[in-house]
Amino acid sequence: MQVIKIQGSDDTPTVTLDKENNIFEISGRSLPEDVVAFYQPILDWLTEYASDPLDKTVFNFKLEYFNTASSKLLLDVLLKLEDLKNDGHDVLVRWYYPDDDEDMLDAGTEYADIVDVDFEHVPYTVD
Amino acid sequence: MASMKEHKESLDFVYDFYVKMKRNKINLAYEGEITHQITKAFTSLTETNMVREEDASSVQKKVFHVMVECLQNISKHSESTPNTSAKDGRGIFMVSKGDTEYNVTTGNIIKNENVDKLRGILENINKLDKDGLNKLYKQQMREGHISDRGGAGLGFIDIARKTGEKLLFSFLKIDSVNSFFVLTSTISRIKE
Repeated sequence: MQVIKIQGSDDTPTVTLDKENNIFEISGRSLPEDVVAFYQPILDWLTEYASDPLDKTVFNFKLEYFNTASSKLLLDVLLKLEDLKNDGHDVLVRWYYPDDDEDMLDAGTEYADIVDVDFEHVPYTVD
Repeated sequence: MASMKEHKESLDFVYDFYVKMKRNKINLAYEGEITHQITKAFTSLTETNMVREEDASSVQKKVFHVMVECLQNISKHSESTPNTSAKDGRGIFMVSKGDTEYNVTTGNIIKNENVDKLRGILENINKLDKDGLNKLYKQQMREGHISDRGGAGLGFIDIARKTGEKLLFSFLKIDSVNSFFVLTSTISRIKE
């Protein structure tokens, strides 16, 4: 399956979707000018992935910042992972947050509440 | 060439403007089109200033967040005035810094017919406590759609819950078609 590798910028996150090497990650900042255009290929990739996924998918979110429009699209990504789980596959979301950023922890807790997928909330130290 | 009188008037205006900005502790003021590039430039400028002022990182993040949402609100919802054909909305954007708080103020033109709806949305947000805001945000995130203009209808709710302050807003009727909408968001500089 094709690999998605997007190098992040000051307004778009770094994205790696690599089934072969078992890497699924979105990290950095997300406030793209056109949020749908940015996330649509990621959602399409996940739809295709769902037809023949790994036994266990661990998806890492390691975001420093995202705007509210991105929050809606991140939910769409998580809903794809929920579909995967509902199809009987193992799914784990690792939600990384800077250890001094309560809002980012809250955002992870909020998603864990909405989406029926296992979450691990993982603090990390910046710098 | 401008006459001496015009030059004097312009000087008076600039000085008056300068004094008013100082008095109101405004460290950023802009009027014009709000593009994505402008949004990035203002947020990065403010970030640099806040790092220098040694504001807590949680405060910096909140100010950054509020600025982005406010700027995107203007760029997505402001009505262009008839003499502009720009696709990005325009308006006025200000950031002021007091000893205990930052204030982010936006002003833009909206159609009179949209005033009641917007007022209703904002009044409803101001009635809610933190739990109520979280509930509304979740509901809107699940049920809402990204509009043609790229908004998710989440900005105001998120400003209210992240700052823990009421949204200050007012509408000034300009003429039979348009009103001027002013919104101020306050971010405390005192770390909880």
